[in-house]
Amino acid sequence: MPAIVEVEELDKTYEGDFKALSSVSLEIEEGEILALLGPNGAGKTTLISTICGISIPTSGRISVSGHDVVTDWRAARRLIGLVPQEINLEPFEFVGNTVRFSRGLFGKAPDEAFIDQILTDLSLIDKKGSRIAQLSGGMKRRVLIAKALAHEPRVLFLDEPTAGVDVELRRDMWALVERLRSEGVTIILTTHYIEEAEAIADRIGIIRSGEILLVEEKNKLIKRLGRKTLTVELKEPLTQLPDALSDYDLQLSEGGNALIYAYDAGAERTGITRLLSSLQSAGLVLADLQTNESSLEDIFVDLVQEDAQ
Amino acid sequence: MNWYGIAAIFRFEMARFFRSIIQSIVSPVLSTSLYFVVFGAAIGSRIPEIEGVSYGAFIVPGLIMLTVLQQSIQNAGFGIYFPRFIGTIFEVLSAPLSSFEIVLGYVGAAAVKSLMIGLIILATSFFFVDITIQHPFWMITFLMMTAISFALLGFILGVWAKNFEQLNLVPLLIVTPLVFLGGSFYSVSMLPPFWQSVSMFNPVLYLVSGFRWSFFGMADVPITASLIAIMGFMVACLAIVWWIFRTGYRLKV
Repeated sequence: MPAIVEVEELDKTYEGDFKALSSVSLEIEEGEILALLGPNGAGKTTLISTICGISIPTSGRISVSGHDVVTDWRAARRLIGLVPQEINLEPFEFVGNTVRFSRGLFGKAPDEAFIDQILTDLSLIDKKGSRIAQLSGGMKRRVLIAKALAHEPRVLFLDEPTAGVDVELRRDMWALVERLRSEGVTIILTTHYIEEAEAIADRIGIIRSGEILLVEEKNKLIKRLGRKTLTVELKEPLTQLPDALSDYDLQLSEGGNALIYAYDAGAERTGITRLLSSLQSAGLVLADLQTNESSLEDIFVDLVQEDAQ
Repeated sequence: MNWYGIAAIFRFEMARFFRSIIQSIVSPVLSTSLYFVVFGAAIGSRIPEIEGVSYGAFIVPGLIMLTVLQQSIQNAGFGIYFPRFIGTIFEVLSAPLSSFEIVLGYVGAAAVKSLMIGLIILATSFFFVDITIQHPFWMITFLMMTAISFALLGFILGVWAKNFEQLNLVPLLIVTPLVFLGGSFYSVSMLPPFWQSVSMFNPVLYLVSGFRWSFFGMADVPITASLIAIMGFMVACLAIVWWIFRTGYRLKV
């Protein structure tokens, strides 16, 4: 897959010497959904703002579909749509007008049928003649998305699109993202909700203190960093681990009726077969077996903490 | 050129003007009528003609200038300040629009609005006094240049202001006094010599004088001085606007 957005060695230092981004390099592939995960203040919004031309890079290069965002900004910006984190909307404006305004701003000829289509897709069509001030918070967020899509962008940035949004709207949003991807739109979303990244992203980038810790395919990431645990339930509880099992990294559960074995699912040898035969040799009778996979959330917390230490 | 983008900003700004039509048109017309009643009829009847022009007619160019200056600054200032205040400016800054195109949209709309108000006031004044315009071409030229350059000033203020108070401060504390002391309601030749010299440092004097010349053929300063002053002011404002976009001052971080 060719890269549609290329970020090379990007630095951003704000006034007062606050370094928001330091040598960030990132390649976003055409047609993918990339989720940027990171704690508050990690630099997610700064990264997006710099790509979109709202923030001036201190050094480094960004290009969108081969167009440099500084020297060839006009061509680069035409391809980008941005849904900001905060609900920034003119309260007295009408929904239809504000979407039309966005389309014009990005240099596209008026196309009322297209605007109606976007509003229909976002269940906003019956609000076309309403003032923005009359809409609910969720509706306003949809208006922001409609505005960002009004000029048919090839790359869409969603900055925390589902923060403070109810479950139904979140599901709608995910469905919309899926549909846009099927139309070939590249989507970059930042989120706090790891389940969101897990549900819709192809690749995940983790950003902390202005640095990209890693960017990897979601499934590989889970596999690579994922720790699995095997829980062995015993017929008879134990008071302590038998000496015969001291070679294994085993934990005895509270109450003593289960053994927990942690292993690396991606490893050549997991050691499960050997463990099971050792259990039998030790004369233990098993009641049940279950395995658990660590979620992206566990991985994320581990990574961010590990790095902080 | 991104003409659709310029048109989008222009149309948006004009829509705000027509949305608040009462505030936009009725209020300047009303306040101007009050000036005519108070200065023209009540006080003016006790003031002799100035170089053959009745006092009521004499103040018309000054009144139009006063309103055009204030409206240009206010419209352009609010036009760019409000999106900054509510955060919608991000969209304009991320759009494929050059700084020139952004300024053309905001300043163009503000100038057109104040030009319209200026012409409405001129039309209103025909109900109160007899006026003939000796140099209509120069009248329109002065009006347009004033509207554009003060809309540029308003744009600068709208970018500079950190709150609504600051936005209103400059027009209130600097521009209004300059207009009142710039010969809007009198000829500087009526002042004592010392104050005549001081007035020569007031840039608004040159505008009012030139504008009044286009009506009655009389001026406090040579017409070329008026033209140079307004052009110089416009160039200065353009230079500041150019600097704002080059550095991203208070627009981009």
